[in-house]
Amino acid sequence: MTAWLDPLLQGIMLGGLYALFAAGLSLIFGIMRLVNLAHGDLIVLAAFVVLVVAGALGLDPFLAALLAAPVLFAFGYALQFVLLNRTLGRDILPPLLVTFGLSIIVQNGLLEAFSADSRRLRAGAIETESLSLGGGLAVGVMPLLTLASAVVAILALNFLFYRTSLGRAFRATSDDPETAQLMGIDNRRIFALAMGVAMTVVAVAALYLGMRANFDPTIGPARLIYAFEAVIIGGLGSLWGTLAGGVIIGLAQTIGARIDPEWQILAGHVAFLIVLVLRPRGLFPRAVD
Amino acid sequence: MLETRGLTAFYGDFQALYGIDASLAQGETVAIIGANGAGKSTFLKAITGLLPSPPDAVRLDGAPIGGLAPARVTRLGVSLVPEGRKLFPSLSVEENLLIGAYGRAPGGYWSLERLYALFPALAERRRAPGPSLSGGQQQMAAIGRALMANPRVLLCDEISLGLAPIVIRDIYNAMPAIKAQGTSILLVEQDIVQAMAVADRVYCFQEGRVSLAGRPAELSGEQIHAAYFGT
Amino acid sequence: MAVPHRVAVGGRFTRQLALAGVLVVILLAALPAFAARSLVEDLIFVFYMLALAQYWNLLAGYAGLISVGQQAFVGLGGYLLFALTVIAGLDPLLAIVLAGAIAGLLALPTALVVFRLRGAYFAIGTWVVAEVYRLVLAQWKQLGGGTGTSLPPEITNTVFGIDWVKALFDVRTSAARDMILYWAALALAAGTIAAVYLILRSRHGLALAAIRDSEPAAASAGVDNFRTKLWVYVATAAGTGMVGALIYLQKARISPDSAFAVLDWTAYVILIVVIGGIGTIEGPIIGVLVFYLLQSYLASFGTWYLILLGALAIIIMLFAPKGIWGYVSERLGLVLFPIRRRLVPPRETS
Repeated sequence: MTAWLDPLLQGIMLGGLYALFAAGLSLIFGIMRLVNLAHGDLIVLAAFVVLVVAGALGLDPFLAALLAAPVLFAFGYALQFVLLNRTLGRDILPPLLVTFGLSIIVQNGLLEAFSADSRRLRAGAIETESLSLGGGLAVGVMPLLTLASAVVAILALNFLFYRTSLGRAFRATSDDPETAQLMGIDNRRIFALAMGVAMTVVAVAALYLGMRANFDPTIGPARLIYAFEAVIIGGLGSLWGTLAGGVIIGLAQTIGARIDPEWQILAGHVAFLIVLVLRPRGLFPRAVD
Repeated sequence: MLETRGLTAFYGDFQALYGIDASLAQGETVAIIGANGAGKSTFLKAITGLLPSPPDAVRLDGAPIGGLAPARVTRLGVSLVPEGRKLFPSLSVEENLLIGAYGRAPGGYWSLERLYALFPALAERRRAPGPSLSGGQQQMAAIGRALMANPRVLLCDEISLGLAPIVIRDIYNAMPAIKAQGTSILLVEQDIVQAMAVADRVYCFQEGRVSLAGRPAELSGEQIHAAYFGT
Repeated sequence: MAVPHRVAVGGRFTRQLALAGVLVVILLAALPAFAARSLVEDLIFVFYMLALAQYWNLLAGYAGLISVGQQAFVGLGGYLLFALTVIAGLDPLLAIVLAGAIAGLLALPTALVVFRLRGAYFAIGTWVVAEVYRLVLAQWKQLGGGTGTSLPPEITNTVFGIDWVKALFDVRTSAARDMILYWAALALAAGTIAAVYLILRSRHGLALAAIRDSEPAAASAGVDNFRTKLWVYVATAAGTGMVGALIYLQKARISPDSAFAVLDWTAYVILIVVIGGIGTIEGPIIGVLVFYLLQSYLASFGTWYLILLGALAIIIMLFAPKGIWGYVSERLGLVLFPIRRRLVPPRETS
């Protein structure tokens, strides 16, 4: 019994990590219908920023991420304002190709700056600590923290969306950008702010990515795919749905790995495809399209 | 206060307005009537910047505002109640009202309480999602949303469209309260009777041009008919 | 009695241009007889990238289906070639055609899954599907599993026609194989262009244009959107599969990471189409020539070359979205492959 409970717990907590990957993607698509193909690479970029800050200032990753967050917010704001805002419109090819090009640039830029070596964010003793749940079960503190952070991030985002004036502006712009302008909302600034918020979530995702396992400049695209799968499974417009989607992918991967280690990633994809065939709009769709 | 001079407007290659000269004085209520496709809504869109125009073609208090981004025009005190209401589906009624005040400096007459006093039906449905309201209630919400910005100039685009006469009357009964704040009102109306009843002056558009202008009392039925249909 | 208008396609120079096209193909076919081996190999690369670009363009530029996962069918075609020759013992050239057909068949269930997504999500969905194919084929131990395998000489040396070419041109086996692969690649490229052109001139082409412009309008005019798109997706998959089979016959070595590489079979292909001009047949032709030059002179710069390509994609999308041919074509009003329909009034009879 315990033999199956363990991967179950692991899967759920891995789901927290994938939900963190996906939350930023979900937000951006929800507000501006932009699918950022460079999203995974931006997570990796953020991880390197945290690494650099931690190294330069001799900080632990948590503090480094705290310092890096505003920097990444500003980066996201600038990226959207200067580049990505120009791609928005009715045609889907420009944002796709521009973010595709961006993905290649970020990956290779990181390769140039940091080489292909694997890196890790070192958090010290907390990495290996575990919490006993009784009955012979234990969970790692780090995975638990990751899941908790995902939940907190989603709570914070929902608070922003549903209880603040800025959140109202996000939702209005997402509904009807033209009429939103009539309210005095400057779309370009709203989109840039949204990207800034997304990059802040990316910073948190990068923190846990970097502490959990080794990372290098090429792992971006795979993170994009997991994030995307979580968003689709969860359904558009629902951040809790994205969490559920992440958990499903995490569970599928962990259970698949138990059956055969080589099947881990494939199991995640298969779970995604099954949900896609049975429920094309996702499990908890909310947004009006 | 607000005037247009030689205002033209295009949808791609199609010309919708052929040089409109019009004015709106402080505190005045001006109605624009005309058949479908005459360019009335286009006129309002051009004023608010949803359609491009040369800077001088539209002046607010003498300053050129033609072609400015709609968000800026709104912040200058010109609010549009758009054709078709266009409430935000993801927002509740109250949130729709609140978003009308986005970025507007605090102070000014209109607030949530005062709007609920003006349109009591909205107060009852304040937490309901926008689209769940009846057509008339949606129109009230759209007007209230524009008023939350405490505009100096209120533009109304076909607020009677698709509504039953009794509902239209209810909505127009709110006009005196709006006028009492000194707001200048420019309204586009299909309902000629209602327009003439509430306006100080009237313009009639016909195929993108002004075909008639004057005070309601001075215009005869035949004049209006001719200007409307272009005979 | 009223005489109806005719619908005509083609401009003033259509016949001359068609003749010129045939001439170009004949010249290219004669090339291996007197050209250096390295040029022949380079041209094989140019031909198969051109074919891939035409297929992607048909899918994205005409049907509006932007796929970032066509590497699925390149890899599938490659693995099918290996399976059909190594395991089933078929002749490699025959295997190319069969690989394409099987890839097309597999595209049917694939489409039923990915068509549930739209727009940019459809794009990523095709990428996921490609990943699934990669991971599944990496389990095929007989074909090398995760590390891949090579084609044994018994297969590479017995391609149909090798002996005939060796005798005719007095060359060694490997050179003869190159020549045959060159002709196969030329046939694929020319055939693809011809096929795409004929499709676009047919009713299906009209349907595609309608779908691209407005799906609801097309549907209300009686176009079956789903079937048209499905048909295009399957045809493109079959064509891409054939090209993939050819590519890996030439490389003679396959691995999952190589066969399903996003960079080689999607990123470069999309760049070629976009640089040349999306939504035109002439575009990919120009694009592949530009890309070939870029690749020849700059590929040695490694990561910086890729950064340049990424930047190029961004700049083109923002400032010249219609590509080189789009720009030229608008300026000069030039069309080499006319597909616009014109209404021709009946001749006056007096």
